[in-house]
Amino acid sequence: MTDHIAIVGGGTGGTVLANNLAERLDTEIERGEVQVTLINDDPDHVYKPVWLYVPFGQREPEAGRRPLEELVDDAVDLRIDRVTDLDTDAHRLQARDGGAMEYDYLVLATGSTLVPEKIPGLASAAHDYYSESGATELREELLSFTEGRIVLSVVGTPHMCPAAPLEFVFMVDDWFRERGLRDDVEITYTYPIQRVHGNANIGEWARPIMDERGIEVETFFNAESVDPDAETITSMEGTTLEYDLLVGIPPHSSIDLIEEAGLGEDWVDVDKHTLEAEAADDVYALGDTADTGVPNAGSVAHYQAGVVGQRLASQIRGRPATATYDGKTLCFIETGMDSASFVEFDYENPPSPAPPSEKLHWSKLAYNEAYWLTARGLL
Amino acid sequence: MTDTDIAYDETVDARGSACPGPLMDLIGEMRDADSGTVVRLLSDNDQSLTDVPEWTEEAGNDLLEVDEGDDYHTFYVEKA
Repeated sequence: MTDHIAIVGGGTGGTVLANNLAERLDTEIERGEVQVTLINDDPDHVYKPVWLYVPFGQREPEAGRRPLEELVDDAVDLRIDRVTDLDTDAHRLQARDGGAMEYDYLVLATGSTLVPEKIPGLASAAHDYYSESGATELREELLSFTEGRIVLSVVGTPHMCPAAPLEFVFMVDDWFRERGLRDDVEITYTYPIQRVHGNANIGEWARPIMDERGIEVETFFNAESVDPDAETITSMEGTTLEYDLLVGIPPHSSIDLIEEAGLGEDWVDVDKHTLEAEAADDVYALGDTADTGVPNAGSVAHYQAGVVGQRLASQIRGRPATATYDGKTLCFIETGMDSASFVEFDYENPPSPAPPSEKLHWSKLAYNEAYWLTARGLL
Repeated sequence: MTDTDIAYDETVDARGSACPGPLMDLIGEMRDADSGTVVRLLSDNDQSLTDVPEWTEEAGNDLLEVDEGDDYHTFYVEKA
């Protein structure tokens, strides 16, 4: 009898978990008592935080991409395939190329998908740094931009890396200052609610910095449509802004499979401490896929993977699963081209952003390099 | 909870969501709603008592009623 753990999604959560299980259950895997399968539809693992630096010409998209087979332990059965159907009652999933696969435990770590088409005009008019192609195209625009108005509009929430929109406007402000062009460039930041960030503490910290640096702010701005010809973006609240360069954080969505399987509306409804799906047995969700209310951030997926790894090992060994996720989130926040802040928080303790420093900026860049050790389960 | 006889077309159950989840869930529902649609929002986050009235006023929608409860609050919002 072999216990089969199937992990769908080879992003941070799925990859860290696969390597975590390979180490934690090495004896059982060697004896053939446990099989761990990681299924991803791309042969590469993608580290998305690199994309923030691409528009400024500081990194290449390739720096955020490595083959999964180089990162995943040999004890893991890695399959490059796409899951097309899921029957949680039968404990069975269907893959496009590999056919049916039965599992004893399933972990969904399928992440976020961008859906700019939800907002008329957004896909054709706005640039983003939430995809390789978006970051590359934005670079082409930004590197030749010397005057005019840049509007960064946060259109969809929740979105990946909630600090990244603040980081972008802080960086672009500093970048134009360093090049002596800031007086010719207006920067406007829009956000859907009444402050500049979903988390009140981070919002209260960021707003004075934006005011001090002349970054204009439009709150309660929920983009309804974009007119690419007129170069305007209009909100549900009735405000219209003109732009010369539009950077949009597009609406995000999960994969259809989750809703079709009855696991939740878009995201998987989970117990926010155990990460077990509420609507099915033996199913976990991780990272963006799990509706926990915490940020869609790599650190979250990383810590959650550790919790799910411990819980699965306990279940496999017939012991009570006691590991729980406490909401732990870590995040560096760039405040310019050579300074950054840092926040750490959880379900009970709100963030208190650290004073920006060059040391924290270099810590962020150093971690981005060390990330590949995280993906391997070593850090 | 107080009883109300306000008829509603859609319900957004955002109980359990951390701020600003309930407001964003409401905005998401209102985005696709036709004029005159009444949405009932359930939220157990006290911040919604501030967020929701501020946004409905900003967006020009009508906040028909707020029922403040011990366990959760109920908001009735009509799309303008």
